[in-house]
Amino acid sequence: MSERQVELEVLRYNPETDSEPRFQRYSVSCREEWVVLDALNHVKETVDPTLSYRWSCHMAVCGSCGMMINGEPKLACKSFLRDHPGVIRVEPLAHFPIERDLVTVIDDFMAKLARVKPYLIPKQAKSVEEGEYLQTPAELKRYKQYTLCINCMLCYAACPEYGLIPKFIGPAAISMAHRYNQDSRDGGRAARQEEIAAGEGVWDCSFTGACSEVCPEHVDPASALQQVKIKSTVDWYKEHLMPWLKK
Amino acid sequence: MLRLSGRGGAGLRAAIALAESSPGLRIALISKVYPMRSHTCAAEGGAAGVIKSDDSLEHHFNDTVGGGDWLCDQDAVDYLVQQAPRELIQLEHWGCPWSREPNGSVAVRPFGGMKKQRTWFAADKSGFHILHTLFQTSLQFPSIQRFDEYYATDLLVDDGRCQGLTAIEMRSGQMRHFHARAVIVAGGGAGRMFPFTTNGAIKTGDGMALAYRAGVPLKDMEFVQYHPTGLPSTGTLLTEACRGEGGVLLNKNGRRFLQDYGMGPETPLGKPVFKTMELGPRDRVSQAFWHEQKKGNTVPTQWGEAMLLDMRHLGEKTINERLPLVRDVSISYMGVDPVTDAVPVRPVVHYMMGGIHTDIRAATPLAGLFAAGECACVSINGANRLGSNSLTELLVFGRRAAMSAVGYLECGRGAGNDGALGALADAAQARIRALIQRSGGKESVAGLRKEMMQTMEQHAGIYRTGEGLAEACGKLADLRRRYAAIELHDRTNVYNTDLLQALELGSMLDCAEAVAVSALARKESRGAHQRLDFPERDDKNFLRHSLAAFNPSAPPRVDYRDVVITKSQPGVRDYSGGHQ
Repeated sequence: MSERQVELEVLRYNPETDSEPRFQRYSVSCREEWVVLDALNHVKETVDPTLSYRWSCHMAVCGSCGMMINGEPKLACKSFLRDHPGVIRVEPLAHFPIERDLVTVIDDFMAKLARVKPYLIPKQAKSVEEGEYLQTPAELKRYKQYTLCINCMLCYAACPEYGLIPKFIGPAAISMAHRYNQDSRDGGRAARQEEIAAGEGVWDCSFTGACSEVCPEHVDPASALQQVKIKSTVDWYKEHLMPWLKK
Repeated sequence: MLRLSGRGGAGLRAAIALAESSPGLRIALISKVYPMRSHTCAAEGGAAGVIKSDDSLEHHFNDTVGGGDWLCDQDAVDYLVQQAPRELIQLEHWGCPWSREPNGSVAVRPFGGMKKQRTWFAADKSGFHILHTLFQTSLQFPSIQRFDEYYATDLLVDDGRCQGLTAIEMRSGQMRHFHARAVIVAGGGAGRMFPFTTNGAIKTGDGMALAYRAGVPLKDMEFVQYHPTGLPSTGTLLTEACRGEGGVLLNKNGRRFLQDYGMGPETPLGKPVFKTMELGPRDRVSQAFWHEQKKGNTVPTQWGEAMLLDMRHLGEKTINERLPLVRDVSISYMGVDPVTDAVPVRPVVHYMMGGIHTDIRAATPLAGLFAAGECACVSINGANRLGSNSLTELLVFGRRAAMSAVGYLECGRGAGNDGALGALADAAQARIRALIQRSGGKESVAGLRKEMMQTMEQHAGIYRTGEGLAEACGKLADLRRRYAAIELHDRTNVYNTDLLQALELGSMLDCAEAVAVSALARKESRGAHQRLDFPERDDKNFLRHSLAAFNPSAPPRVDYRDVVITKSQPGVRDYSGGHQ
C-alpha cells in the first residue's frame, strides 16, 4: 500500500487570538488513495487538534466540506490527493467571511435560500387522502437536476458577480427557485419572481458559467439563470408592450 | 415554547407538524449542524409504504415483525404501516421528487425482507431528497426558529419533568439556556462508536446520551445493524437497492453464496425474487459474509476481505437512471465502475436498532421529553431493521412526537421554577468550563476514541462471545474513567472542534457501554445480535426488550420489559424462497 508525504498549507485564523489570517504548513504521511479531507483529519488526530473545519458524510452529499483547494472551490471529501502532486493549499471558501480556520459564516446564503421560497406552492391544493399528484418521468426530468443541489456553496465561491456584488442572490438560490418553477405541481412562480427578477436577482449574472463548472453534483445553475432571465424578459414585454394580455 | 434537539428528518418532520397544528407555538430547532448536513441525507434506497394494489398493510406488518425476529412492538408496527402511505404522499405534496412510473404515479422498488414492491425512491438519493424537501418546506413557517450549530449538552429536568436544555453556540462558544415546556430529541444514531461505518462524522449518539444521562433508559442497544454492502476503502454505503434492482453477491469463486446460508435456492440472474437470496434481510446477509470469510471464500483487497457485488448485467442505462450515486462513489472511492466490473464490498456498521426508550406515542418515561428517529427505540425495528423502514419511521414518529408533545402542552403543567432551572444550567456550564480549563490531563480525545472503536470492532461486531463482551465491558468502563482525565489543546471559544469532539466522545462512550453491557446480558442469538456461545433464539427468557439505565460512575443496570405482541406469535424466519 503506497504512502506519500503530503505538504498541506492551511489557512488558519482564530478571531480571538489572531489579528489576521496566516498559513500553517503541515507535513503528514498519507495513503495514496486518500482525499484532502482524510489528510486534514489525519492532521487533526495526530498533529494539531486545534484545526477547525466542517465535515460529515465523506461521500459528497451533505455539502459541509466545501473549501478552496489550490485556489479552486472543491469538496474536500472528493478532492483526491493523487490529483495534487505538489503542496496543497487549503483555504476557506472564497467570498464568505471566515468564522475560524476553514469554517465560514454562511448566514448570507441561508437567508437568500429562504428568500426565494424554495418550497412547493401547489397549483391546485389537494388533501393527502386524495393521493399523490401525477407527474410523468418527462415532467420530473424538467426540474430533477436542480433538486440535486447539496447547498455546498462552491458556486458562490466561484461566482465573480457574487464576489463583486454581495447582494446578488446567487446561483444555488436561483437554481432552487427555478427548480420549483419548473415543477408541474407548482404554481408559485409569480411569488418567487419578485425576488429573483429584482435588482439583486438574476440580472446581476454576467453568465460566465463558473458556477456550473465547479458544481460537484453536475447541476447547471448557469442554465437556470439563463432560463430565468429569458422568462423575466418575456414577463417584462408582456407587461409593458402587450398590456392587452392582462385584459 | 417547545424545543427540538437534533434536526435530521425526524426533527424537521416534527417541527413542521407542530407549526401546522399549533401556529401560536414558538418552536426552537436546535442542532449541532445546519439542517441540510444531517445524516438523513445519506440514506439512499428509499422509504417503505404500501401503495400498490397487490400489497397490503398486513404484508408490511408481517415482513417488519419477522424481519425484526419478533422483538418489535406490534402495536407500534401497526401504527407505522398504517401511517406510512399517508406520510409518503404528504412528502410528495411537499415536492419530494419521487421517481415515477410512465403513467405519472409514484414508482416503488423491491427491498430486502419485503414481500412486495413498496419502497418509494428518488433514484438512489432518497434520504437526501426527503431531508431537503422537509428543510425547504420548514422555511415557510415563521414559528420555527432555527439555532444552527448549537451543541446540546444537558436536558434541564426539575419537578420530575423536562423543561429545556442547555447548548453551546459554536460560533461564540457561549452556553445558551433554552427553557421549554416540552423537548423532542431527534439526535440520530451512534455508528461512529465503530471504526468502519457508513455513518457521517456527526453521528456520535449525542441525542441518546442526552436522554440517557437525564434518566431515560436506552432500549435494545445490543442490536447494531451491519449493512452488507459498504465499500471496503471508506465504508461508503452502496444501497440495498443495488440488489433490489437485480445486483448479486458473489464469493471469490463466483458463487452466489447466499444459497448456502438458508437463503436459496438460487434465483435467475437479474430477476430478483422477494425475500430470498440477495433480497434476504441485512442481518442474515452480513452473517453469511462472516462465515464465508471463515471458510476462506472471500476476496482479498488492500482494505481487508470482501465479497463482490455484481451489477454488470443491469446495464449502463439502468445503473445511470436508478443508481447514479452508487456508480459515482464506486468509481470515486474504489476506482471500480459497476457497469464494467463487480464492486468489492463488505459489511459495515450502519444503524442502531436500539435507542431512547419511548412508547408508541414517542413519549419517554420522563414527562415533557419525546424522541423520534434513529436515536429513539419505539420499537418497530426489533432485532433487525428492514431496509427502507427507517425513513418511514422518522416521518411517522417525527409527526407522532409532535402530536404527543402538543397533547402534553395542552394538559398544561404550571410554570417551572426558574431558580432551579437556572441552577441546573449553571451546573452544566460549570462542567463544560472545567473540561476546557483542565490541565495536566494525561488522555487525548483521539487516543481514547481509537481505543473505543477498536474495542467495539473487536468484541461487539457481527458475531459476539460472552468472553469478548466481558472484556469490552471492562475496557469501556476503564475508558469512561480515563475520560475524566482528558485535556483539551484548544481553550478558545469560537468554533472549538477540539471541545466538540471531546463532548461527542463522551456521548459515544456512554452509548458504547450500553451496547456492550446489554449484549453481554442477552444470552441468546436474535436478529443482529449473534452470540457464538448462545447460538439459539431463546423466547422463554429473552423475548423482551433490554433497558439500560445510566449510572455516572458505574456500568448501567439492565432491566427487561415484555415485547408487545398483538397478532403475530414468534415463528421461524424463512428466507428460503420456499414460501413464495
